[in-house]
Amino acid sequence: MSSEKILITKDLTIKFGGLTAVSGLNLDISKGEIIGLIGPNGAGKTTCFNIITGVYKPTSGNILFHNQDITGLRPDLITKLGIARTFQNIRLFNSMTVLENVMISKHVRLNANLLEAVLHLPRYTNAHRQHLEECMELLEQVGLADVAHEKGTSLPYGKQRRLEIARALATQPTLLLLDEPAAGMNPQETLELMDFIKKIRELYGLTILLIEHHMEVVMGICERITVLDYGITIAQGTPAEVQANQQVIKAYLGTVEDDA
Amino acid sequence: MENKRQNTILTIIALLFCTLLIYLGDNNLSRFQLRILNLSAIYVILGLSMNLVIGFTGMFSLGHAGFMCVGAYTAAILTMSPAAKELIYYMVPIHPLLANIQWGVIPAALAGGIVAAIFGVLVGFPALRLRDDYLAIATLGFAEIIRIVVTNTTSITNGSLGLKDIPSVKSLWVYWGFAILTILILRAIINSSWGYAFKAIRDNEIAAEAMGINILKHKLLSFTIGAFFAGLSGALMAYLITSIDPTMFRFTFTFQILLIVVLGGMGSITGSIVAGVLVTVAMEWLRFVEQDMNFFGFVIPGISGMRMVIFSILLLLVVLFYRQGLLGTKEFSWNFFLKLASKRSKQKEVS
Amino acid sequence: MVAAYVAFFGIAIFALPWWLSFLIAIIVTTVLGVLIERTAYRPLRDAPRISALISAIGVSYLLENLGIVVLGARPRPFPRPENLVWNIKVGNISFLSLAVIIPIITILLLIAVTLFVNRTKVGIAMRALSRDFETASLMAVDVNKVISATFAVGSALAAVGGIMWGMQYPQIDPLMGVFPGLKCFIAAVMGGIGSVPGAMLGGFILGMGEVMIVGFMPELSGYRDAFAFVVLILILLFKPGGLLGENVVEKV
Repeated sequence: MSSEKILITKDLTIKFGGLTAVSGLNLDISKGEIIGLIGPNGAGKTTCFNIITGVYKPTSGNILFHNQDITGLRPDLITKLGIARTFQNIRLFNSMTVLENVMISKHVRLNANLLEAVLHLPRYTNAHRQHLEECMELLEQVGLADVAHEKGTSLPYGKQRRLEIARALATQPTLLLLDEPAAGMNPQETLELMDFIKKIRELYGLTILLIEHHMEVVMGICERITVLDYGITIAQGTPAEVQANQQVIKAYLGTVEDDA
Repeated sequence: MENKRQNTILTIIALLFCTLLIYLGDNNLSRFQLRILNLSAIYVILGLSMNLVIGFTGMFSLGHAGFMCVGAYTAAILTMSPAAKELIYYMVPIHPLLANIQWGVIPAALAGGIVAAIFGVLVGFPALRLRDDYLAIATLGFAEIIRIVVTNTTSITNGSLGLKDIPSVKSLWVYWGFAILTILILRAIINSSWGYAFKAIRDNEIAAEAMGINILKHKLLSFTIGAFFAGLSGALMAYLITSIDPTMFRFTFTFQILLIVVLGGMGSITGSIVAGVLVTVAMEWLRFVEQDMNFFGFVIPGISGMRMVIFSILLLLVVLFYRQGLLGTKEFSWNFFLKLASKRSKQKEVS
Repeated sequence: MVAAYVAFFGIAIFALPWWLSFLIAIIVTTVLGVLIERTAYRPLRDAPRISALISAIGVSYLLENLGIVVLGARPRPFPRPENLVWNIKVGNISFLSLAVIIPIITILLLIAVTLFVNRTKVGIAMRALSRDFETASLMAVDVNKVISATFAVGSALAAVGGIMWGMQYPQIDPLMGVFPGLKCFIAAVMGGIGSVPGAMLGGFILGMGEVMIVGFMPELSGYRDAFAFVVLILILLFKPGGLLGENVVEKV
């Protein structure tokens, strides 16, 4: 694995009013890694994703993506640069089919203007056809081709999660952020998901940062793990190191005095 | 592919059929009937343009009357003869730059749309950062501001006296020609990549942004297109009734268009077309409740304002009990039509 | 609007004493407010926001036009109760007693509302609902009751406002509520939704602003009604939460 740095965050901090949701987060992610971000509920994990993808502006600190400072950029620009994400609470476009959900991400890659689209000029129709083919191919790779023309929200839960990932992949990212991809899945589905994540990493040459509560997923596929508690990074390291860390155990299980 | 070609042919046949209908209508219908049909065309355009903004992009904007006002005034000033202008602007003479302009009806209508679109950009740029009720109030406010400005810029608009003797256009060709063009253009936009981007913003703004869509840019685009067509129909309205004044473009207008959009189904072009015609016809038909009626010798006095009561009740009923409207988000399609036809004929065969 | 009319009929037609008609007006408006909430808003509580907004517009439009139909569009004079209105002379300035009474009533009501929202159980439940609907309902807050109570209080306040308006400008018509209604919303948004002093500040800025424009720049007086909207848009652009409101961060 090469050691080219994909994403570096330096002292990322965000405050909402008096509450410090994330404090001094330092991430350092190399190309091709799968990194886990774990911590108890309310530890600030999703907030980290929201800062990296530009939904929130950090109070202080910097984010470097491929050595480019992307701190405070608009979310759509960050997506264009190559960071894609899924959402903890699934956010599909509820009026659209599976294929249309995925096609949305091709809109920004369209090299034609509205007039060409309205008049059905070749530059638009050709690009459109090519995007359709690309999206169908993608759906085949993720195993959703057979439901391409069904409504996204009518799919079973596991497939909706998979569609969210497919939709993110369609933006052609180099870094993929997965927010609790295994939430609500049964053990069988969880195992499939783990294989799926490994597969797409190979297939698309991705780097993946994921938030997860299922420890078997995190321990099973992540090469390194960062543990947050109340916005503070309490441990960083390999799965084995993190599992042995006293502070992590305390954060998860609570101490005797905590009466947890 | 085969299917697609078949649909294109059917569409062309339907368009030719419409042309024939317009030709026949233009020559055979009474002035009153023509007027209602033309008014329908204007409301169809209005309904479609508002549906693009509210139904497809999910922005609750209530500024339509303002954009109509801009379009109507632009077209009126551009088409009135210099002689008429000299007569009408007797309080404050017209601005010298505008005094001698006289354009054709169609370029002036397009100009009305374009000027309204420019206002759309100016209004939308600050207002579209807002959402829901805030956006509704802000756009409503802008429409009022436009009306107030029009009332007060007497050297351009003749202020509260309004404009008269605007060249009259009676032909179905103009009104329905513009309406059909609007339908075709908006349908093409909505089925294009841009249309899907609009719908994505409506369905889930945060996810749309995460897909790389520039939210403000697309909202502004949709809003501006909506403003353009609202301006265009304002211009057509000026040609139809030949006199305009600022009090015409009150919120009542926007309310009627909203009724069309809700009744037809937010997010359905077909719905807006059907509801546009229905509401216009109903509005004319319901005039009888506001006029005195003679009932076996008893005179029942007409009640003014009754139509609006009926329309508000109708709007409430639709929103409360039949939220998707006539068509929901469904569209007319040849496939559906053909299937229906074949089912019918099969049923006939069976029986 | 409704309140002003009920009071009007109370005084003018049924020859009731003024305090009784005012009371009846407030009660009728309150009941009406609750009824409207039941029929037009409650079924839409889980519907998209746009539907509820459309319903709200439909209701206000219905009331106004019903007013036109039943009462006619012509403005009617509003009878001022004799013993509430008299001239006050201070030196050589003379003014109506209303100029004193209205602000006093306003301040009293403000204090009452602030206490109600901050101290009573219902008030606290209201604030909880506006913050987080689902959690509040899980915390054994009777959502329907609280919302009905909110509408009752809101309508009653509006009724008082309507009556005061009628006394100040002794003339009422069915559309009298449109512009004040819009401006009220603007005032509330300006001050920050969910803040009683904010609404007061917003209302104050609006009222003063309008009067000052007419007073100091008479050539702009035609633009008086535009002032509210211009200010609103400026404030929303630079401080989306309103002057005294907090910025609510959207959950992602």
